[in-house]
Amino acid sequence: MSQFLRSYLTVIWFGLASILIAGLLLGISAVLRPNKPSEEKLLTYESGVDPVGEGWSQSQIRYYVYALLFVIFDVEAVFIFPWATQLERYAGFGLIEMGVFVAILVLGLVYAWRKRVLRWA
Amino acid sequence: MHALLASDVPYWAQSLLRVLGGLVAVLLPAGTVVYLFLFKMMSFMQSRLGPMEAGPYGSLQLFAEVGKWLQKEDIHPARADKFLFKIAPLVVLASTFLLVVVVPFGPDAWFTNFEAGIFYALAVSSVSVLGILIAGWASANKYSLLGGLRAAGQLVAYELPMVLAVIGVVIQAGTMNLQEIVVAQNAGSMFGWDGLGNPYLLTQFVGFAVFMIAVQAELTQTPFDMPIAESELVSGYMTEYSGFRFLIFFIAEFATAGVFSMIAAVLFLGGWGVPFSWFGWTSLGDIDNWMNIVGPLILFTKMIVLTFLIMWVRFSYPRFREDQLQGFAWKVLIPVSLVNIMVTAILKVAF
Repeated sequence: MSQFLRSYLTVIWFGLASILIAGLLLGISAVLRPNKPSEEKLLTYESGVDPVGEGWSQSQIRYYVYALLFVIFDVEAVFIFPWATQLERYAGFGLIEMGVFVAILVLGLVYAWRKRVLRWA
Repeated sequence: MHALLASDVPYWAQSLLRVLGGLVAVLLPAGTVVYLFLFKMMSFMQSRLGPMEAGPYGSLQLFAEVGKWLQKEDIHPARADKFLFKIAPLVVLASTFLLVVVVPFGPDAWFTNFEAGIFYALAVSSVSVLGILIAGWASANKYSLLGGLRAAGQLVAYELPMVLAVIGVVIQAGTMNLQEIVVAQNAGSMFGWDGLGNPYLLTQFVGFAVFMIAVQAELTQTPFDMPIAESELVSGYMTEYSGFRFLIFFIAEFATAGVFSMIAAVLFLGGWGVPFSWFGWTSLGDIDNWMNIVGPLILFTKMIVLTFLIMWVRFSYPRFREDQLQGFAWKVLIPVSLVNIMVTAILKVAF
């Protein structure tokens, strides 16, 4: 197997190890801890009062415009990374290219700002 | 962990050693941060002594705590989504372990040496928010749900400044490989003087400041702890958790603080290295083998300094509001880091 794929295999081992360790400790805990459920104890916590309605209550997500902007900007940030590593080779040409790119990016942000969507709606 | 081991060690043994090393690299910072800062520094800042009974100066308090939490009942609320409720802490802990994989500890002491290491780190770091969102949703509790949604909103705000702050470093180093970033800093020179190398803390100070603010938000430490917010949401997404599952959240939070400080140290403070001119090294190949032992200690020291900064801010400032964080991120941090990128690029091309 190539060194490249082996590195990613290590990632998988680390992921498994974390689950194993947590599982092991939870297992030890399962042996040691008491287990006496009662109806009162299993009630959803709501500051000591009986819970009203469902836990999955409706709430307004107020930052969805930010979330849309975030997706756009995050994808654009991905484009900047490869450019950043090769800047030495691209020199002035790359600089102007990325200047245009970032300028368009900033234009989008300024537009959103002027349209007053960067507010807690 | 590569050259230290003879090459005839079989693959399974190598992997086992790596995983054990990773365990130390996750739990040691977590323990140090909790004892040194959360127990002791916070106590001193508030004119009290903190734990004093278990061991000298309460140094064994952590073991006592783990022993205590192991014996606590694990309560699953009747209304909760049982399966998701149980796996959520594991997801958060797994993200910490996946993050530590890329940190280089010495010239040969690394777990993986990805070409796009920093990119991987940025991608994996947001997995913990997924776990928090699962926890908030599965608890079927109004406080938890609000906490989880706030965590998601926070991700939207801080993730972008963090990514953009790192780009400045990538431009300067010309690589995304964390090992090469360390070498570039320690082998570098400032105006021909190489006595200190060229830590990017000096040239990328703006990027460092933005990065540390974003880390503070990522770790949900106090100026940005809206997902937990004891005074409004009881304990946010952790409200329904008890016993050892709660402790896993807690360990993961401080372990991630340690790992993020290590990554910040690698990016801005020169990581495991000392300025190469001190010992007449010029490249990665020249470095003596003893750096594989000393390197992790140097990185650990730098990590302590950075976690100290994080905790100092945490204990000193009151909480932001969620909309203030969004406004701050989009109106201040992102424009500043975009300007930082362009200025860095212009200077890099000019010199």
